[in-house]
Amino acid sequence: MPRTSKRKAAPPSVKSSDAVPVRPGKAISKTVEQIDRLFDSYANPSLGLIDPEGIETLCSDVGVNHTDIRILMLAWKMNAEKQGYFSKDEWRTGLKALKADSLNKLKKALPALETQVMMPPNFQDFYAYAFRYCLTEEKQKCVDIETICELLNLVLGSQFHAQVNSMSEYLKFQSEYRMLNMDQWMNFYRFCHEISFPDLQNYDSNQAWPLILDGFVEWMREKQC
Amino acid sequence: MERKIIELDQGWAYMLKGITKLKRILEGLTEDPFSSEDYIFLYTTIYNMCTQKPPHDYSQQLYDMYREVFDEYIASMVLPSLKEKHDEFMLSELVQRWLNHKVMVRWQSRFFHYLDRYFVARRSLPALYEVGLTCFRDLVYQEVKANARDAVISLIDKEREGEQIDRALLKNVIDIFVAIGMGQMELYEQDFEVHMLQDSGAYYSRKASSWISDDSCPDYMLKAEECLKRERDRVSHYLHISSEQKLVEKVQHELLVVYEMQLLEKEYSGCRALLRDDKVEDLSRMYRLYHKIPKGLDPVSTIFKQHVTAEGMALVQQAEDVASSQTANGGVGMQELVLVRKIIELHDKYVAYVNDCFLNHSLFHKALKEAFEVFCNKAVSGSSSAELLATFCDNILKKGGSEKLSDEAIEETLEKVVKLLAYISDKDLFAEFYRKKLARRLLFDRSANEDHEKSILTKLKQQCGAQFTSKMEGMVTDLTLARENQNSFEEYLHNNTNVNPGLDLTVTVLTTGFWPSYKSCDLSLPQEMAAALLLFNNADRLSYSEMMTQLNLTHDDLVRLLHSLSCAKYKILNKEPNTKTILQTDNFEFNSKFTDRMRRIKVPLPPVDERKRVIEDVDKDRRYAIDAALVRIMKSRKVLGHQQLVMECVEQLGRMFKPDIKAIKKRMEDLITRDYLERDKDNQNIFKYLA
Repeated sequence: MPRTSKRKAAPPSVKSSDAVPVRPGKAISKTVEQIDRLFDSYANPSLGLIDPEGIETLCSDVGVNHTDIRILMLAWKMNAEKQGYFSKDEWRTGLKALKADSLNKLKKALPALETQVMMPPNFQDFYAYAFRYCLTEEKQKCVDIETICELLNLVLGSQFHAQVNSMSEYLKFQSEYRMLNMDQWMNFYRFCHEISFPDLQNYDSNQAWPLILDGFVEWMREKQC
Repeated sequence: MERKIIELDQGWAYMLKGITKLKRILEGLTEDPFSSEDYIFLYTTIYNMCTQKPPHDYSQQLYDMYREVFDEYIASMVLPSLKEKHDEFMLSELVQRWLNHKVMVRWQSRFFHYLDRYFVARRSLPALYEVGLTCFRDLVYQEVKANARDAVISLIDKEREGEQIDRALLKNVIDIFVAIGMGQMELYEQDFEVHMLQDSGAYYSRKASSWISDDSCPDYMLKAEECLKRERDRVSHYLHISSEQKLVEKVQHELLVVYEMQLLEKEYSGCRALLRDDKVEDLSRMYRLYHKIPKGLDPVSTIFKQHVTAEGMALVQQAEDVASSQTANGGVGMQELVLVRKIIELHDKYVAYVNDCFLNHSLFHKALKEAFEVFCNKAVSGSSSAELLATFCDNILKKGGSEKLSDEAIEETLEKVVKLLAYISDKDLFAEFYRKKLARRLLFDRSANEDHEKSILTKLKQQCGAQFTSKMEGMVTDLTLARENQNSFEEYLHNNTNVNPGLDLTVTVLTTGFWPSYKSCDLSLPQEMAAALLLFNNADRLSYSEMMTQLNLTHDDLVRLLHSLSCAKYKILNKEPNTKTILQTDNFEFNSKFTDRMRRIKVPLPPVDERKRVIEDVDKDRRYAIDAALVRIMKSRKVLGHQQLVMECVEQLGRMFKPDIKAIKKRMEDLITRDYLERDKDNQNIFKYLA
């Protein structure tokens, strides 16, 4: 997971429902209890949330690097709103969906989660989520180039290694854009899927591709000459 | 009393007498002509034989025997005489026999007329006249048509070669081909026309192939024109009118279509050469010959366009060469103004061509326009064509300009300049340059003639719309009002001597928005300099970046400012390090030791690079214009594909400038970020308007 921004803005407020336990049927309530207990073991008591430190601990317990894509996938599954923090609701949502009420079960659920995310309709959603997750300030619409490059590598690096490499190189090389927006981000995904690489034969700049991709293709073509 | 029955043999014997007499007359043997009694007797005989009661009603037999007369006559007299003759003689004989036959049919059918009235009608049989003609057709025409046709065609070819032929004879022969069709043109067309056309085609094909290599283009065209004239003449004299179109097309095809490219592209005499050498008459002929041929004019107009473009580009290149060999001066020099003048002349010349040689044909108007659009948008030594044109206008309209022209000549020139503007794609750039120069002319009273100023604005308004000239018109109006105000003010001062301000005061009130913004003014210390120096009231020493922050100027402006205060004639500030260029790391100190002999000094700011400012301003305006156009389009269409959106945007803005596709894309991205637009979820190439 990409590092959280240096400027720490206020974390989201604790919801009142977090404090009040839910009491459905007995068996289910046992699961809920276990999930909640697991939450508490990582949460920061004064915030009532799992904070970045807690997440790091969770990661080492689960046995993945905290920059591993699976943590991002987990965040996606939880639909976590704020980068670096998991609220109780989000934790519950995620673990319930994974049918995990213990650390062990959580560990075991991760491979299946990975497979699920890689499936087409989910992946696109996950890809968009990854971008949104980096919008740490309120009203922020763009993500800086450095973060983008890291994110691309994390999220698409295994599937589209060559494209990601070239694109990262280009993004660092060009000076016109310092940040990318969601539209540009999503279009890169479409680019990887639709455009043959590295020959770029079927790319047509007269279509609605964002300018930055036009620039990327131009740069690549010049390099190839 | 009962009529006496006429037996068939008897009656026929009577008829034969008359028929024989008729034949003899036709053969030219002396005979008395038919008297009325002869005629009545013959007619009555037939009448009786047809009205007798059966078995003595001989209508059918008589009808058959009527035809047999012709058959027999043709077989025994007509055909043999034709067969023994050839060529022209055969044709004469044919014509004679045909005329004879017509007479024979006419007379005989009169004798037998009663058959027509009842028998033919009742039985729906061919009329007597028709029967007669059919005999000739089937027995004579069919036999001789091939020879006749060949004879005619060879006579035509002889005439084409310059020999005199008997035109009347040909006319008569061809009349047979027409008449024998009895109302239908089929026989004429199939038995004669098609062969004649083929032969004509072959004839002209041979001629063309030898002429095309030997003759120059103008000579060839003269020949072609002459041939076409002669062929039309031929039709009017002896061919059937329906052949004219086909024959002309055939000849045109062989002479003009087949060899068009070879003809036009002849190196020393072809279309390009004619244009080069101003051969107006030959070009007119070329137009006349090719304009009736479908797509015939396309290559001509292409060559015309190429030629005009080349001439224009040569002028541009010439100006560029001269300008670059002189020292670069950053502004628009003499050479560039001369260029505009030359382009105007070029335009006049080729507009005349389009009107006179090419009879105002739209294809050539288009070619001219496209040619001018190519070179009228080329820059010369850094100045865009928009700037050149604006400077040219300024030169004409200002006092002491380099062109000394009469009022009429000025009007005419202004008219032509506005016409040239139509070819320039960056019209908004022209407007900006023009406005800046107009402002200077007006403010410093350098305008030569107010009427001319107003006149050109009217012309610009007509051509480019009211929005184009609204600011400029506002400026002119401001000045007129200002003058009136000044006069009233002076009058007021005169009438109220106690209100004297103590100095000469002239005020010009300007409406904001009409006038360009100015940085420099004619005071001895420009505003920003004063501001910069005031900073030193609070500090002895300031760095570049500190001054930057406090003054809030652009780097360009600050550098200029500091340079004039520390590196120019008067060192009001000391610079550390004491180099001649301003760097962002420099520090500045107030020079307390500054003195000068003079009591009043002028510390001028070096002039702003006006051209760059204008271009920047226009670029900014364009960004807004593109935004506005995009939003306008999407608001009305709601959903639109990318290419179509771009196309409509270009079209809408085309009146003022040609928008860069990249710029449009950039604005679209901006609009997406600002949530005006979004992409369609299923098709990334389609955009939706977000209200």
